[in-house]
Parts: sequence; C-alpha cells; structure tokens
Amino acid sequence: MSAGLVLRPAAQVRLSAINPVAQLAALGIVSLTLLTTLDIVTPTLVLLVELLMLPAAGIRSPVELIRRTWPLLLGASMVGLVNVVISEDAGPLVGLGLALRVIALALPGVLLVASTDPVRMADALTTHWRVSTRFAYGALAGLRLVPLLITELATIRLARRTRGVDAGRNPLVAARRFTGTIFTLLVGAIRRGSRLATAMDARGFDSGIARTNARGSVLRRRDWLYVAAALAVCGGATAASIAAGTWAPIFVG
Amino acid sequence: MYAAGGLLGSDSVELAGDLTVDGEAPPLARDRLGLLAQDPDSQLVMTLAGDDVAFGLENAGVPRAEIWPRVDAALHRVGFGYGRDRQTDELSGGEKQRLVLAGALVRRPGLLLLDEPTSQLDPAGAALVRAAVTAAVADRTATLLLVDHDAAPWLPLIDRVVEILPDGGLIEHSRTWRPTERAAGLAVARDAGADAATGPTLLSAEAAGFSYPRSPVAALPATSLNLVAGRTTAVTGPNGSGKSTLGLLLAGLRAPDTGTVLASPGLACGVRRDRRKPYQWTAAELVTRIGTVFQNPEHQFLTQRLRDELALGPLRSGAMAGHAREVAFGLLERLGLTAYADANPFTLSGGQQRRLSVATALATSPQVLVLDEPTFGQDVGTWREVVRLLAELRSAGRALCLITHDRDLVSVLADDELALGPERTEVRR
Repeated sequence: MSAGLVLRPAAQVRLSAINPVAQLAALGIVSLTLLTTLDIVTPTLVLLVELLMLPAAGIRSPVELIRRTWPLLLGASMVGLVNVVISEDAGPLVGLGLALRVIALALPGVLLVASTDPVRMADALTTHWRVSTRFAYGALAGLRLVPLLITELATIRLARRTRGVDAGRNPLVAARRFTGTIFTLLVGAIRRGSRLATAMDARGFDSGIARTNARGSVLRRRDWLYVAAALAVCGGATAASIAAGTWAPIFVG
Repeated sequence: MYAAGGLLGSDSVELAGDLTVDGEAPPLARDRLGLLAQDPDSQLVMTLAGDDVAFGLENAGVPRAEIWPRVDAALHRVGFGYGRDRQTDELSGGEKQRLVLAGALVRRPGLLLLDEPTSQLDPAGAALVRAAVTAAVADRTATLLLVDHDAAPWLPLIDRVVEILPDGGLIEHSRTWRPTERAAGLAVARDAGADAATGPTLLSAEAAGFSYPRSPVAALPATSLNLVAGRTTAVTGPNGSGKSTLGLLLAGLRAPDTGTVLASPGLACGVRRDRRKPYQWTAAELVTRIGTVFQNPEHQFLTQRLRDELALGPLRSGAMAGHAREVAFGLLERLGLTAYADANPFTLSGGQQRRLSVATALATSPQVLVLDEPTFGQDVGTWREVVRLLAELRSAGRALCLITHDRDLVSVLADDELALGPERTEVRR
C-alpha cells in the first residue's frame, strides 16, 4: 500500500566491508570516551573524524545527511539550548559542547545503520559474540513485520471513518481514539506474530539442534584495524583535550 | 492440522484423544514436517530469497557446503523464476508462496501440511502455487495434508477427501466426490422487469486516478465508473491492479489525485454546504450515504460488544439511543447473531465477523455500498448467506460495488463488471 516502507537489504557501501561487530566495538569505544567528559574539544575532534567517514557509508550530500539525521540534530540543539537557558553556570560554549557530544555519540549509530544489513548483523552477533540465535533471528523476523504494521495502521485509520468516527478536534477524544487504534493494531500484530512464530517452528527454528550459518561471518585484519583506529582517534582526542587543559571528566558513581 | 504438526502450544489448548506422527508425539516428529500457511507475509524470515530457503537448513544444523546446492535445487523444484539474491519484498503473493514452499521442501519433509495456501492470492497466483505443489508431491515421497474451503481445484492431486461436519463429525468421501457448487440452485435472479426498477446513477468516478507518495507507478490509473441504484458493479483484476484503491476513492476515504469522484445531487442531499465530493464529507455524513466493508473485518471494529458495534453508526450520525438499539437488534436477528449480542466482535469466527461488518455498514442505511472481497474465506453455507444478503440489498434499490476475485460471486450477482489490469475491459451483463 505505501511503497517505500519495506525492509530490504542495506545498500552495499565501502563501510559494509567492516564486520558489524567491529563497528559495534568502535561505537562502544566512542560512547565510553564521550560519556566520561564534558568538554568541547574531545567531541569536536571525534565528530570531525566521524564526518570524514560519512562518504564511506554512502552519505555523500548534505541533503542526504540532513534527511537521515534531522531528528538527531533537532534533539542535539534542544539539549544545548535547554542547558544554556535553565542552568545558571552553563555558558553558550558548554551548551555547544553538549550538543556536539550528542551528535558525536549518535553518528556511529547512523554509520552502522547506513552500512549494515540486518541479516549480516545477526550473523555476526551470533557467530562472534555468541548472542543467542533465538534472540537474533527472532528479532530479524520481527523486524520484517514493522513495515506491514505501518501499512496496517494507515488502513485502520481509514476504517474508522467508515464507522462514522472522525479524527475530531478535541485532543482528549483524539487520544482515546488513538488508544483504540493501537488496540486493533496490537491484536493484528499478535496474530501475525504468532503465525510467523508457527511458521518458524515448522522450519525447525530453536529446536535444540546446534544451528549452522549459511552465510558465515568472518573477522579479518581490517576489522581489527578499524577498532584500533577508533581507539586511536578517541585516545588522541582525549590527549589533545588534556593538553589544552579543557578535559573535564565526570565520574558517575 | 496444527496438532499434527506439533505446532500447538501445550499450554494454550486442551487436546483430547491420541495423535501420533510416525508413531511419535507430533512435536518430536517436527523435523520431518513442512508447512505452507495462508499469509505469505507472516511466513518469510529473511530479506533475500536464498537466505530464506536456507533458514530451515541452518536450523537443522546442515553444514554450509551442503546448504547452497540444496537451496538451489529447492528453488528450481518449485519453479521460482529468480536467483537467490532476489529480495523477498519484490515478489508477488504467488511467488512468495512458492518461496515458502521451497523453504519447506528443502528440509525433505515426510509430512507436508498446506493450510489454505491459495486463499489470499489472485487466480494467477493460486495457479502458480498449485502447479508447484503438484510437481513437489509427484514423486510421492511425502504425505500431503491439505485444508481448504475450496477443494475443487486440488482434487486431481488428492487420494482421500475427509469432510469435517459443523457438529464435529467426519465423513470420508469416495474418490468420485465433487464438492457442492457454491452457486448451484441459488436463486438470486431478479424478478421480471427488474431492469425497469434500476434507478439513477448515485456515484460516479470520472477518470479518477491515485498514486501513493514516493511511488513511481500509479496505484490506480485514470478510471471511470458509475454506481447505479439497484445495480451491482463488480471490480475485478489481478493483485496490484488498483481494485482496492478504487474502492477507497469511491468510499470517500481518499481523494483522487486526478479526475473526480462525485455523488449525485440526490445522494449528496442534506450534506453541509452541498459538497458533492465524498471525501470532503464528515464521517457522520459519509456513513448515512456510502457504506464500506473492508477486506479484514477486524480493522473496522471499534467497540467491545456486538450490540454496541451495530448501534455505533446510527448513534454517530445522530439517531436517538432507542432507535439505534432497535436497529442493532433487528440486524442481529437478521444475521442469526442474537445469541452473541454481548460478545466481543474480536472473538467471533471469520464468517461471523464478515457478516457483522456488512451489518455495521447497513445499520445507517447507506444508498451505496462498497465491499472489498465480501466472500473472502467463507465456506459454502456462509457464502450463500452473504450472496443472498447482497441480492436483497440490490433489490431494495441500493447501488453495490463488489471488489473481488471470486468468479462465482461475479457470475451470480454482478450486473456490470470492470476488469482492471493490463487488459482493462468493461462488461455490461
């Protein structure tokens, strides 16, 4: 019904050559680095490197970048703005630092999603990190249902009009109607989900036999290099910040 | 059937009696099972065709070197027309079902279970699936167990026919058995001179077309159609030809991108500001003029009790509570659902839900009715009941629009037929 809302394999880009678990490890390193400091130098340096990597993930034009990240940019500017407005000692610089931090934290996720096929991700997680196959492939199958649910939601909203129920202007009534729509959607989703589970059972899913993998997932030298590079960038940014005297570690404890 | 597959959760149902597969409890024999169910979209797991077929082999712990030759062989066996790298969301319903069948066959099942595998497909898709099943069981290495409302097309393949009676008994039929023709002896022909009773055009589409945002092809190319009081118009055509989209335009649920959908002055009488485009009407104005029945009845249910469900439309369009109650009970009795007046619509059987959704549309007495697959998934008895109900509405001077694949329904009831698709034709019967 609504074309474009389909789950398909991610396009092959240069970054796709990096194993998803290596990308996840890099993401973890970046998160750890940025979550432990409140300065502006560290996130700026990390963000610069991340921006340089965008073309490798197939994001080449600013339009494409904004299309993929506008909710993130909006959220980051809100974080910066709110801190400047409500906090007494946070100047514009601190606000900017916080906003950059949010973006630098989230961009590795954007890179991962843009370059990684969900199936490869499941293969890599189950092969290298011993994530349970029941969880990984169950989630994969569930992901397939998301576009179907979105189509179904549109249909249910149309169907309500055929019963004499308009969207209406009263927000309270609209909220109650929305609850009803979600109920109908959930009933459908649970039916569909259990049919899918039955179909997977019938093909021997999670039957206790050790599962093999038809595609495999290999860690190569470049994957280790990728993680090492992430370590170097984060270490370098932190060192630069310490040298500049701006490093402001936070210890949550 | 799901019991034989060992697929019923042991905590959710109570089983009586004994059931064994190869002398074992069914769950233990599950690795020798293949299943093909109704809905292709809730049976595929992976995004690529080859990965999906391989899924069942991975589960069985088959070594990788052995997997791909077996996948290719299975795809070939069901006549899948593309390579392993074909994306599953680009396939038609019939092709998806072939792929699911390949995923079942690749595990070399001893028992193949088919649960109405063609019920959600157009005739061309259904033929694809039947041909694939026929080829798959030709070597007789697997036992085939098929459940279907519509047994006739499968008979050449079948050795034994068992009918389950409504009261729970079983009849085994002889090999010469043929199912009752659904339309046989069904007298819905109009009275002599009924054509004279045909009234004015109530709703017309003039070159109406529609495209979804971001979609390169039109969901419905420009189409013209008149709905006439006392006449039934069938809209037919393969999946994806825009039948349901045309239904949404006629039902006033979506605005056409090109062309117009206009109600006659008579039908639009009483609408605020004399608007004649149905999609501009308020929902309350719409339900008293154009009734719509969706393919999935559950999408339209809004209340927790049948009686509330039927009273809802009249209440929303301004009827008094007492009158709405009367209408609701009148319809419940007419449909033989009085015993369920306080039941939740979601708990009804498929056939009952279908009748209820038709009844909810009737509760506000609209002059035009748009029905999407009104006979979908009905057994012979409920099929005839739905057809009789529709014929009665036509005799009462309503304009009916049937969006359907069901050839029997078209031949029994349709006065006009508009076939959408590559070879668009219009037939006046």
